[in-house]
Amino acid sequence: MAILSKDEAQALLKKVLTYSTADECEASLRGRTTGNIRYARNSVSTAGAQDSVSLAVESRFGKRSGIATCNEFDDETLRRCVQRAEEIAKLAPESPEYVPFIGPQTYLSPPSAATTLLTATTRAQAAADSMAICAAKNLTAAGFLDGGTSFVAKRNSKGLEAYQQSTNTDFSVTVRTADGRGSGYAIADVTDPAKLNAKGLTQRAADKALSSVNAKAIEPGKYTVILEPAALMDGGDLSLLGGLIFGMGAREADEGRSFLSKKGGGNRKGEKLFDDRITIYSDPMNAEVPGNAFDGDGLPTKRQTWIEQGVVKDLFYTRFWAEKSKVPATAYPNGFIMAGGTQSTAELIKSTAKGILVTRLWYIREVDPQTLLYTGLTRDGTFYIENGAIKFPIKNLRFNESPIIMLNNIEAIGRPQRLAGCLIPPLKIRDFTFTSLSDAI
Amino acid sequence: MKRRDFVGLTSLATGALFLPSLPGFGHTPVDPARLLEPGADVIIKKRLADAALNAAKAAGASYADVRIGRSLNQYVFTREKQVQNIVSTESYGVGIRVLVNGCWGFASTSVVTEASLAATARVAADIAKANKLVMKEPVQLAAQQGYGEVSWKTPLQQNAFEVPIKQKVDLLLAANAAALDAGASYINSALFQVNEQKYFASTDGSYIDQDIHRLWPTFSATAVDTKTGKFRSRESLSAPVGLGFEYLTPSAAEQVRGPQGTDTVGYKLRYDMLADAALAGKQAKAKLTMKSVTPGKYDLVLDPGHLGLTIHESVGHPTELDRVLGYEANFAGTSFATLEWKAKNLPYGSKAVNIVADKLQPGSVGNVGYDDEGVKTREWDLIKEGKLVNYQKIRDQAHIVGQKESDGCAYAQSWEDVQFQRMPNVSLRPGTAKMSPDEMVKGVDKGIYIAGAGSFSIDQQRFNFQFGGQLFFAIEKGKITEPLEDVAYQSNTQEFWGACAGSCDASDYRLFGTFFDGKGQPAQVSSVSHGSATTRFNGVNVINTARKV
Repeated sequence: MAILSKDEAQALLKKVLTYSTADECEASLRGRTTGNIRYARNSVSTAGAQDSVSLAVESRFGKRSGIATCNEFDDETLRRCVQRAEEIAKLAPESPEYVPFIGPQTYLSPPSAATTLLTATTRAQAAADSMAICAAKNLTAAGFLDGGTSFVAKRNSKGLEAYQQSTNTDFSVTVRTADGRGSGYAIADVTDPAKLNAKGLTQRAADKALSSVNAKAIEPGKYTVILEPAALMDGGDLSLLGGLIFGMGAREADEGRSFLSKKGGGNRKGEKLFDDRITIYSDPMNAEVPGNAFDGDGLPTKRQTWIEQGVVKDLFYTRFWAEKSKVPATAYPNGFIMAGGTQSTAELIKSTAKGILVTRLWYIREVDPQTLLYTGLTRDGTFYIENGAIKFPIKNLRFNESPIIMLNNIEAIGRPQRLAGCLIPPLKIRDFTFTSLSDAI
Repeated sequence: MKRRDFVGLTSLATGALFLPSLPGFGHTPVDPARLLEPGADVIIKKRLADAALNAAKAAGASYADVRIGRSLNQYVFTREKQVQNIVSTESYGVGIRVLVNGCWGFASTSVVTEASLAATARVAADIAKANKLVMKEPVQLAAQQGYGEVSWKTPLQQNAFEVPIKQKVDLLLAANAAALDAGASYINSALFQVNEQKYFASTDGSYIDQDIHRLWPTFSATAVDTKTGKFRSRESLSAPVGLGFEYLTPSAAEQVRGPQGTDTVGYKLRYDMLADAALAGKQAKAKLTMKSVTPGKYDLVLDPGHLGLTIHESVGHPTELDRVLGYEANFAGTSFATLEWKAKNLPYGSKAVNIVADKLQPGSVGNVGYDDEGVKTREWDLIKEGKLVNYQKIRDQAHIVGQKESDGCAYAQSWEDVQFQRMPNVSLRPGTAKMSPDEMVKGVDKGIYIAGAGSFSIDQQRFNFQFGGQLFFAIEKGKITEPLEDVAYQSNTQEFWGACAGSCDASDYRLFGTFFDGKGQPAQVSSVSHGSATTRFNGVNVINTARKV
């Protein structure tokens, strides 16, 4: 039941709309079949599976709106769900930010669904393999493997029809030495689980754990750093690049409370804020990071450039704010691509006279939304580079840095890699500000 | 706290229905009147639970527990002069955990019938049997007496769901108006109301019916100076509480004035939202032109509404036994306070540091009668006179530290999630000698007084941290001199608590709290409070966070 085909989903949504007596009605279906396994201390700690489909109905009378959901799909339940949405709508206050639902759209067909699926057995095997690699070297593994298939379908009384199926698998592993003096990390996400190399990732984390033992303390200060993609983007938490990209809302900027607000009013669209080499765009059709075909409002996504050669090309306009600002609304993409070069992280290291290699950053929080000053710490593999080679592991450091400053201090951009549904290159940055040392390993 | 669980109010309002990490979001929206309808009768719940327990035993379980959960939530979001969203939700279902051959198995269902519960218990037993293949050591469960049929209810005066929505909307809009009138350019405000109706039954012979209520009114006011392009925000100084709507009836007896010259007010178990919003509007505007701090070493005088978050991160998390043992190594991290570190008997802090864990404090969000493993809640010491004396444990962890019984801090965010060890309230005991915040400031030569929680960050073993705040005031020669901006302090857990010079007395004691403490993969959130009185820390490193971009 969890994954409905396009025809099954649209047939069900069509039926739902026939029950509507509202001025406008939109019905959305979401479903997923996923499974996960978690391990720590070289032993499985939890394993679970989710299988769910839910229907959301939004009914509108004039500018009043109500939403109801259900997860059973017999005619009676569907009818009651529509009725409930209408009852809630009638009780709701008028929304001053009302915009009507959109009509029929043409969507791209991103290559977002693979046919391979992980089963409970293959997940358990991947975890067992990962733990075996570590146990053989007297290391301790803690990891999480989570993935499956999902779909989303929409239909409304204005004639909109949308459907997309996606697959996604996430894997991350932290490997620690038995004495707790070394720690390494690796992470990956894939559309096709057949492409997941959990053993290779575990090996990389294990190598980092072993080579990070006996870390030396260095003086905090400004250093040239090579930030690996996991130090730049995070699927679940605030990150240096994620904070900047996801903070590009037009409304906040126009209201004067964003780093993109302009002195005297308005926003900084068209201004050059970053190094010439910085280009960030979204492209749902990218084969490596296929994106969503439509956003929550049903708007079609397309290739769209947000920052081009350091210039802010566009901001995110919600439908309400776009109408108010008399510009087109921007469909919200679910991933970003930062343009890069061809150099691997190893090649970036080779060209570095003195610097620090950062595997991962952790617990990043905004200190000042005005300047996008963030603080956080290095974690799970931090190394000192001298004359083009890693010399020794160093103790972890706290940074206080703004991605705006960071993207003006670019020394080199490496080859983009997939991370959290985005393509992110490793970056070499000068004058990155570390403010204190940490004893954490 | 993870940021994804502590999202800004603006995004909460627009994405309310699709936020999986907040209990209640994603649940079925219902008519507000539904929130007042009673759940199933305990006689029916007992029959359902027995069906599951019997099926679990028949499938080979040496132990089983059943949680029949009904959670009711209502959230009201406004900005400036308008309502953004009102969401009322209900979720109902059952989680069953079984112990077979020394392995845990868990399964849940939203179909609440005897047949479905029995079938779900068998699924849980099958998972436990499958996990046997990767088992290293069998689970050792601390013994627990059965309590028979008992019940517990949050001590409250007025169920927030009984208050008409219009009254709640009017209050938020009045708070918005107060902030805007006083100088704010924008304000987002929200009222979160949660009711967890939990029925727990286990093969130990407990049948526990609990009715748990929590409430959180909050806002964020922002002032913008279009000419200079500068903006500053001031967040509400309220706390999430285990109380009813009475929390929103102001009471002079429940207010504590900050030190003379600070123009701040702290709140105990009653909150004056209108007064706080008016002050926030004024302070947000004033922040646009405040003096930027000179970095250096300062003695810090920390208000409980600020210190609670520092306690949470630097004491609450490192003393969770699952983190200490490495179960969170891939996500939330581990802890410096390992069993080996504790055995060395090194100081965690100065002798003035006495930290207690509990799930008993009235008004705290951690307050329940029994935890999600059927253990009666209690209070126990974590740090005594600066030395770590204990951790936070549940039934399958007690044996690791040679303890016979659980501390009663197991929690699951809903019936469909498995229960695991979660942080209880972790609080700093107030000073025993009489001392007010004014008297504390008098003794400081060069310092900063900080009120309200701001930016927070700590490493994965809980050594190095950096905290901001909402309001900062310079202290010179025993007097508050002027407000400051761009303040953050960086320290190390043991160094910081070692610099603790003492707390004000119990008359200044207040609770800080959060609804969004995150842990586990897949992540679950839990609510926790942290009590303290205003406390002084000597010679802490303060940095200036202003930058030019």
